[in-house]
Amino acid sequence: MALPQAKQDATDARLAALTMPSGGAWITQTREAARARLADMGLPGRRDEYWRWTNPATLNAPEAGTAALHAGESEMLFGEHDRLTLVFTDGVLDTAKSDDLALEGVEIETLESAGAADIHWARDVYGQLEAVGQSPVARPFAVLNTAYATSGLVIRATGKAAKPIHIHHARSEAGADTMVRLAVRVESGAELTILEDGPAAARMNMVMEVDVASTGAFHHVRAQGRAPERRAITHVFARLGQESTFKSFTLTANGALTRNEAVIEFTGDDAAAHVAGACLGDGKDFHHDDTVFVTHGAERCESRQVFKKVLRNGATGIFQGKILVREGAQKTDGYQISQSLLLDEDSTFLAKPELEIYADDVVCSHGSTSGAIDEEGKFYLRSRGIPEDEATDLMTIAFIAEAIEEIEDSSLGEQMLARLEDWLARRRGD
Amino acid sequence: MLDIKNLHVKLEEEDKAILKGLDLTVETGKVHAIMGPNGSGKSTLSYVLSGRDGYEVTDGSAQLEGEDILELEPEERAAAGLFLAFQYPVEIPGVGNMTFLRTAYNAQQKARGKPEISAAEFLKLIREKAAELQIDADMLKRPVNMGFSGGEKKRNEILQMAVLQPKMCILDETDSGLDVDAMRLVADGVNKLRDAGRSFLVITHYQRLLDHIVPDVVHIMSNGRIVKTGGPDLALEVEKNGYAEFLEDA
Repeated sequence: MALPQAKQDATDARLAALTMPSGGAWITQTREAARARLADMGLPGRRDEYWRWTNPATLNAPEAGTAALHAGESEMLFGEHDRLTLVFTDGVLDTAKSDDLALEGVEIETLESAGAADIHWARDVYGQLEAVGQSPVARPFAVLNTAYATSGLVIRATGKAAKPIHIHHARSEAGADTMVRLAVRVESGAELTILEDGPAAARMNMVMEVDVASTGAFHHVRAQGRAPERRAITHVFARLGQESTFKSFTLTANGALTRNEAVIEFTGDDAAAHVAGACLGDGKDFHHDDTVFVTHGAERCESRQVFKKVLRNGATGIFQGKILVREGAQKTDGYQISQSLLLDEDSTFLAKPELEIYADDVVCSHGSTSGAIDEEGKFYLRSRGIPEDEATDLMTIAFIAEAIEEIEDSSLGEQMLARLEDWLARRRGD
Repeated sequence: MLDIKNLHVKLEEEDKAILKGLDLTVETGKVHAIMGPNGSGKSTLSYVLSGRDGYEVTDGSAQLEGEDILELEPEERAAAGLFLAFQYPVEIPGVGNMTFLRTAYNAQQKARGKPEISAAEFLKLIREKAAELQIDADMLKRPVNMGFSGGEKKRNEILQMAVLQPKMCILDETDSGLDVDAMRLVADGVNKLRDAGRSFLVITHYQRLLDHIVPDVVHIMSNGRIVKTGGPDLALEVEKNGYAEFLEDA
């Protein structure tokens, strides 16, 4: 079917501005297939159901635009953690600032190196999970990334990783336009944690595919900072084998536009996946979108989606979350909550929670709320001597806490909390 | 300690007068009780003094140690030494009781130009106070008043009072919803805090609380005013004969 003209034009213009990286046989084949898929589906437009509330224009445009560099934006998180740090500057692995790609229990290779091989284990992950995740909802920016990602890592955990891998997205230019890719395989019984932070780019397109084999465990904690003008489209695709675990948490503060998509599929029984997000938005230029799709294709799996947004001064938050329970996925336990705390009447929260269930013995619940600060509670705090702005912050943190509690490692949770407190304190002018 | 003169207050939303020329003086180191029937304005008085929204002072004044408090923010009143033990303590999901108490303590220290105390020092302070009120570690960890029984909520109010050490304590129907044992525990907590530098205003319907917290002075409130003042015997009189003989025509 031919694309609408506007979509065709936008897609052509974007593709014309891009060059496919060179590589070995397997990756070239995957990239070319992705390019063909993208030509068929086109880049998103406002008329697409899943882009009604988020304008993809700046993500589509051939030019990335700029996001001014700010002092201190590259300050690293997770400093107190023993970790392997890998720095990407303007979307390219910065070996001078990075630790060696060596970690007990894990094989790490650059995408360039893995892609140069004629055959590589990553061929079963790279572009494969993404392709499966295109149905029933198209995710064109992920396809774009499969075809054109210039840099990234392929990571295979074969045992319990000795420490987390920390990926820091730094930038040196206000106009950086990046496409970074991670392809991750967690083997049976293996465990891996990936941490991410940093301002990334004026425009970032990031895709992470995570294939977790039976009894494997994968944890992901991400803090998206700090540059107010940056735009980001990220995707996490996860495929979960029997009795495996997947947990992903994202804290977002600042940024003109952020869309984080998570596409999770259970293929083995008795697995668990938790996806959570906390977002702090200040100002009418802040737009944050969480789009989540969880497919239960196996029995007795548990999924949780916990998303909290604090919005003020005209900020906008979006949540689109779906739980699909396939026929035969009995004893599914699906939970989804999305809540916003609107600190004024100018801010907006739009939510589309969806359940689609084809099995008869399941427990699925979803809820979505939007509310203001509880004045009774605030007065109670103030009556004990806590100043009004501090009382508001305390209640804001309390609101977000449920999402942060989804992080399994409590010391990482505390760091996210500290980041949140910093953000609030800065706005209080302390 | 507390000087209230000719206080007139109306509800903002309903344009309805609640306090109609209330005069009250509570001396330093004394315990005053206010008794009165439903609707006499007792709780309004406590809320107006603590700075809750929704009330408009149309006339009169209230001073705490010579400082006019009606223009102050609620937190400034707290820093000045005023404390209201709520009739209905508010549940605050997500805010840990301990965090709340330490934040409040340090906010008051800061407002008074005193150093904040460390988490460890605070823990020591609170453990001691909590033990006296039979408040266990679990109650300190839970979110503020969440899942607390009626008695636990009231004990938590007294714990806050014991930690924050205010000069002027207002207890708004602290006996409501308490059984005899719980009331005794709460009253013991209050009695431990009685000293020459601290005053109390105990608001209650019933005389029974005053068996445990024995007041120096008892006031009867009716239709927004103090209509009778006397010694502890006045409370016994009310218990025996009811309020009828003290009530004014509106």
